Amino acid sequence: MSYSEKVIDHYNNPRNVGSLPKGDTAVGTGLVGAPECGDVMKLQVRVNPETGVIDDAKFKTFGCGSAIASSSLATEWLKGKTLEQALEIKNVDIVQELSLPPVKIHCSVLAEDAIKAAIADYKRKQQDGQ
Amino acid sequence: MLRFPIYMDNHATTPVDPRVLELMLPYFTDRFGNAASRNHSYGWQAEEAVDVARKQVAELIGATAKEIVFTSGATESDNLAIKGAAHMYREKGNHLITVVTEHKAVIDTCKHLEKEGFDVTYLPVKRDGLVDLDRLRAAITDRTILISIMAANNEVGVLQPIAEIGRMARERGVLFHTDAVQAAGKVPFDVNASSVDMASLSAHKMYGPKGVGALYVRRRNPRVLLTPIIDGGGHERGMRSGTLNVPGIVGFGKAASISREELATESARVTGLRNRLSDGLRRELDEIYINGSVEHRLPGNLNVSFAYVEGESLLMGINDIAVSSGSACTSATLEPSYVLKALGTGDELAHSSIRFGLGRFNTEEEVDFVVQKVSAVVKRLREMSPLYELAKEHEEVKIRG
Repeated sequence: MSYSEKVIDHYNNPRNVGSLPKGDTAVGTGLVGAPECGDVMKLQVRVNPETGVIDDAKFKTFGCGSAIASSSLATEWLKGKTLEQALEIKNVDIVQELSLPPVKIHCSVLAEDAIKAAIADYKRKQQDGQ
Repeated sequence: MLRFPIYMDNHATTPVDPRVLELMLPYFTDRFGNAASRNHSYGWQAEEAVDVARKQVAELIGATAKEIVFTSGATESDNLAIKGAAHMYREKGNHLITVVTEHKAVIDTCKHLEKEGFDVTYLPVKRDGLVDLDRLRAAITDRTILISIMAANNEVGVLQPIAEIGRMARERGVLFHTDAVQAAGKVPFDVNASSVDMASLSAHKMYGPKGVGALYVRRRNPRVLLTPIIDGGGHERGMRSGTLNVPGIVGFGKAASISREELATESARVTGLRNRLSDGLRRELDEIYINGSVEHRLPGNLNVSFAYVEGESLLMGINDIAVSSGSACTSATLEPSYVLKALGTGDELAHSSIRFGLGRFNTEEEVDFVVQKVSAVVKRLREMSPLYELAKEHEEVKIRG
């Protein structure tokens, strides 16, 4: 399998690898995929309570190079966005940016799912906190 | 001096040994004759060369020259053995037995026969990859005409107990075919000691050229007859028509003869390299699992799962090493290796598996490089793996709890 230069770059220099404190009310965590399928993504966002803007994003991914690149790219895009803007990120944008071949489209779908799950988790925390 | 990428995929194919290539070359140029040409020296020369090679291949497996049928490769040999025997002995019965971890050339041939009305039993394997002899014994019926079980597996390198299987087949009057592609030339393999009736061989797995293989077909006790799958000029005693690939066959013969002469020293050396690789990886990394029996195994095979790391991403990180992965992220089905699945390896660990295939031209220096490189990449990917993180958290909870 040959990878696009952007996939290789994200694989070799992944942006924002790591973890944010799960218990923090300002942090939303999304964990999607299944190890049996060969892909698991954990994506986290931290939202500035004053501005409602995502000021940090982190990921950890078990999966192929395209899955790693998709989640790495997602964290890059998330920073500085409001939750509404973040939810506008679609898997096709990731496919385009990384030039993913058809067999790797599921990686971008998983990244979109991870974004949605992280934001849903954050929103749940805000409701529970009130 | 290391040459990159380092080749450790010797189950897929092997480079042609320079001694083999040298012997082959004249048969492309000066000695280009057709071995079936009876009327001139070009033909005689080619025929003589084929005779020598036939004897060399036979000697490797303890057979006689007349029992060797040259083919285009082991896939054809498997097809000829299984379809040929099934069609020839159909009156006697319509039942065949094989194993789920066979190469696709065997499995798919059996599936083809099922469509023609044959019954096929696909035996499971034990956790170590070996066939359960009691289950095999129980599967044989009065209608069974053929047992086809490989000598060594191409993914996990597990060696099946072919001598026991052969004895059992012989007692019950059932023919025994073995795909010996990975075993021949790597471990002792003798068709008489193992009561083998047919054996598939391939040149390019033993440092010979691609596109040439052989089927051993027993001529005495019992004499095996096959219905050909290719019709034509009646070459190879009618079992395989088609002009002989003379340069390929010459190379195959030489490759077989080198493998036979050097088998003892080479298998000891390659086993040493394999153990060096295995020990090195285990020294550097925790939670790595060897798939398949360690005891009953090809010298050059190490199939290992690196927990919490997906195989394809690992391959991407070690792209200066040529190996293969049991992960199917690369395939359209997204299904991991059916062989690892049959061994009971969970999907997660199957996705994390790498097959190292060491061979004649690998060195200690290469093994040491591979240990360092693989360990570094596995560590880096584990730091990126949410599964590794979860497992560590779990451990801490356990320790605290």
